[in-house]
Amino acid sequence: MLARHLDNDSPQLLGSDVFGRPMKAAAELPASRRQFLKASAAGAGLVIGFTLAGGNKLAALAAAAEGGFAPNAFVRVAPDGTVTVLIKHIEFGQGTFTGLATLVAEEMDADWAQVRAEHAPADASLYNNLHWGPVQGTGGSSSIANSYEQLRRAGAAARALLVQAAAEAWGVPAGEITVAKGVLSHDGSGRRSGFGAFVQAAARLETPVEVALKPAADFTLIGKEAPRLDSRAKSRGEALYTLDKSLPGMLTALIARPPVFGATLVSFDDSAARAVKGVTDVVAVPQGVAVLGRGFWAAKQGRDALQITWDESTGETRGSDQIMAEYKRLAEKPGDIARQDGDAETALAGAAKVLEADYEFPFLAHAPMEPLDCVVQLGEGVADIWAGSQIPTVDQGAAAALLGLEPQQVRIHTMFAGGSFGRRATPNADMVSEAVNVAKAIGGRAPVKLVWTREDDIQGGRYRPMYFHRLRAGLDEQGRLVAWQHRIVGQSIVRDTPFAGMIQNGIDPTSVEGANTLPYHVPNITVDLHTTDVGVPVLWWRSVGSTHTAYSTEVFIDELAEAAGKDPVDFRLELLGEHPRHAGVLKLAAEKAGWDEAPAAGRTRGIAVHESFHTFVAEAAEISLAEDGSFKVEKVVCAVDCGLAVNPDQVKAQMEGGIAYGLGAVLHNALTLDGGRVEQSNFHDYQPLRMNEMPEVEVHIMPSDEPPTGVGEPGVPPIGAAVANAVYKATGRRIRRLPFDLHDFSAA
Amino acid sequence: MVKLLINGAERELDVAEDTPLLWALRDELGLTGTKFGCGMSLCGACTVHVDGVATRSCVTAVGDVAGSDVTTIEAVSGKAAEAVQTAWEKLDVVQCGYCQSGQVMSAVALLSENPKPSDQDIDAAMSGNVCRCGTYVRIRAAIHEAAKLMEA
Ligand code: FES
Ligand code: FES
Repeated sequence: MLARHLDNDSPQLLGSDVFGRPMKAAAELPASRRQFLKASAAGAGLVIGFTLAGGNKLAALAAAAEGGFAPNAFVRVAPDGTVTVLIKHIEFGQGTFTGLATLVAEEMDADWAQVRAEHAPADASLYNNLHWGPVQGTGGSSSIANSYEQLRRAGAAARALLVQAAAEAWGVPAGEITVAKGVLSHDGSGRRSGFGAFVQAAARLETPVEVALKPAADFTLIGKEAPRLDSRAKSRGEALYTLDKSLPGMLTALIARPPVFGATLVSFDDSAARAVKGVTDVVAVPQGVAVLGRGFWAAKQGRDALQITWDESTGETRGSDQIMAEYKRLAEKPGDIARQDGDAETALAGAAKVLEADYEFPFLAHAPMEPLDCVVQLGEGVADIWAGSQIPTVDQGAAAALLGLEPQQVRIHTMFAGGSFGRRATPNADMVSEAVNVAKAIGGRAPVKLVWTREDDIQGGRYRPMYFHRLRAGLDEQGRLVAWQHRIVGQSIVRDTPFAGMIQNGIDPTSVEGANTLPYHVPNITVDLHTTDVGVPVLWWRSVGSTHTAYSTEVFIDELAEAAGKDPVDFRLELLGEHPRHAGVLKLAAEKAGWDEAPAAGRTRGIAVHESFHTFVAEAAEISLAEDGSFKVEKVVCAVDCGLAVNPDQVKAQMEGGIAYGLGAVLHNALTLDGGRVEQSNFHDYQPLRMNEMPEVEVHIMPSDEPPTGVGEPGVPPIGAAVANAVYKATGRRIRRLPFDLHDFSAA
Repeated sequence: MVKLLINGAERELDVAEDTPLLWALRDELGLTGTKFGCGMSLCGACTVHVDGVATRSCVTAVGDVAGSDVTTIEAVSGKAAEAVQTAWEKLDVVQCGYCQSGQVMSAVALLSENPKPSDQDIDAAMSGNVCRCGTYVRIRAAIHEAAKLMEA
């Protein structure tokens, strides 16, 4: 192993932050701090002491070393008045740098121009997701929601200390000092100053236990569209992602993985691979065979030249059609009950009209713009990892276990990530584990950058599962909905993972969410689930269960509205009496889309509403159908109720992006298997939505005083159903098998 | 040895002629603003200008651009570039940002050729640039905004 000691740690080894600014390393901390780190690494008891008691000190000491002030783990104020907010969630597009920094800046009364953001280190004792318990991580559209109070308190505490320091320096009562736009003022004495002048004095004060938070009426930043903190860097190619990380002597690694999921390595011939100029190593790792070289191109050519024999007998060799056929057979029988109100079976038997529909959903890849990657550098008793780490606690734990280290000895440097959509939140920390295994396999001789190609990404598994849905519903003589039966068949996302505790009574909530929470008032409802065994690794995909449940329920309710002879909006509203927030966004979207007026000639509209992650979204899609059967989604009107919108412009951006992401998938995407082999490989056969297909999007935010909820995912679920309902209006065909590309509308 | 003119400077690289320009830029020259998204000319993340023309560097061999003027996001400049980057910031176009170097390079090439593009022109010039975050609405608006800025 590479002998590297903390005392030899140099700033260059840490390099720069995600904006390319130089980072201060442990070497610049006071000597006592370095010894403390060493001591911590040596014994578990001290490690606990470090994480529980020393965490705030870490930030405080780092700030003190620069002459600044860190009242808590989330805020640092530098002598030049710059306020840096430590962001415990990963910034991968959803705007968390901007949103979380807004919360702190609001309560500090900072000027937005003085605010900076950077990723917090991995330390679950300080930076855990308050919705997840003792785990640091990003997901479930929870970043703003779980941080809303925590970060405002952090900002308020910082403000209180600066005010107290100013009061002491000026010899005036703290209560007479006001703060606005980063300036402390005392009217009586005419004194004014920025934050910077008081950081040293403030650093010596005790953190106040109680701080008052502002009433919403006093907000100057929350709700006011602060510009994104990362716009400039990202418009100029300056933002740093994992792929951009470079270390002296670093090697790039690509891994050849099995051709079918679950196959195992028998043998390989690396002679041709080793002959490629620049290739330095070929090593077997648990995930396959890794080729390392100087730069991506050498490693890629080396991997192409490998000859590998795999044993596929242990793998999943079924095709998608075969798997779906089995799902259909399973759907004939009742599954585990996820919701039961009344007696749906009896009510169906007595219904005047019964409708039944089956829906088929394919596997989907996430295909984030930046394929997976991870940089690892091993030292003595320490490992440094640079990654788009979505669940740092899991990544840290996985790396520590592989290396025989304590989690605290694994330092995670979270980089900007080029999207994730769930892909970087793997329960087994796949990209980190692979990179660590490769680094171990070469004895830690050099830092390693593991890179997945797009083909690796599309074919590498961790898909949104395939699902089969069967829905049956009954209407009485008056066209009232009296029974609803919803059966879902598919793989569990959390089974056999550290998140398996989410499964209750055989029900993985991620399989049924959005279905068992059907908001419509129906006296008799059954939702049941068959969890299947398929050897294809699966994962949460932007909006998780709602990716399929919103589609089937919202297309089916449209069908029922028609059978009842009612307008789709009116029919839904009649059933949403107990769900005013669903009804609110539905009405708002319908009104703004001009639902009551006929669309222009050649256009049709469809609408859908869905709640996910406590955010309510309705979308009305307007489409045009061409002679040749192709259709274009021309416009989407979206209404969202996410409680108080911390940054309305970013809420809009997430709705726009969610609509694009969901639309691309329902139009084009299916990840299919033939004999266990994935049939798609890159963006030519797994087509993303492109500019020419992007509809105009109009977003309306429901005014609200409720606490904020997330917006990263909830824009996705309604779009598919809204488009399907518009397509039905245009063609008379209900699309029950996705994607739309499977269907030919030219005869319509 | 391959001699290249990158961002106005002559660079000599010890790589095979068939090495993709993308990896020469990123791994040999440390110019990491140009991104890798597909390696097959399908996503536009790797877009650079070769003699002013938007070019996918992932499928461009260094040997083929030996006599040409290559510009990357790090050095793109001029009226169109300034307008595009100003408009991008003004409208907060970016999300994850990973596709945006390529988007900016394609947009600058478009506006340099056609300072007042229609929506159809934008579709034609920009559909090769994928954005998985779906920032297309804002990219379109920012290109129109940049066109306005260039007029002023
Ligand atoms: S990486 Fe070159 S077009 Fe995708
Ligand atoms: S901003 Fe994320 S891919 Fe375009």
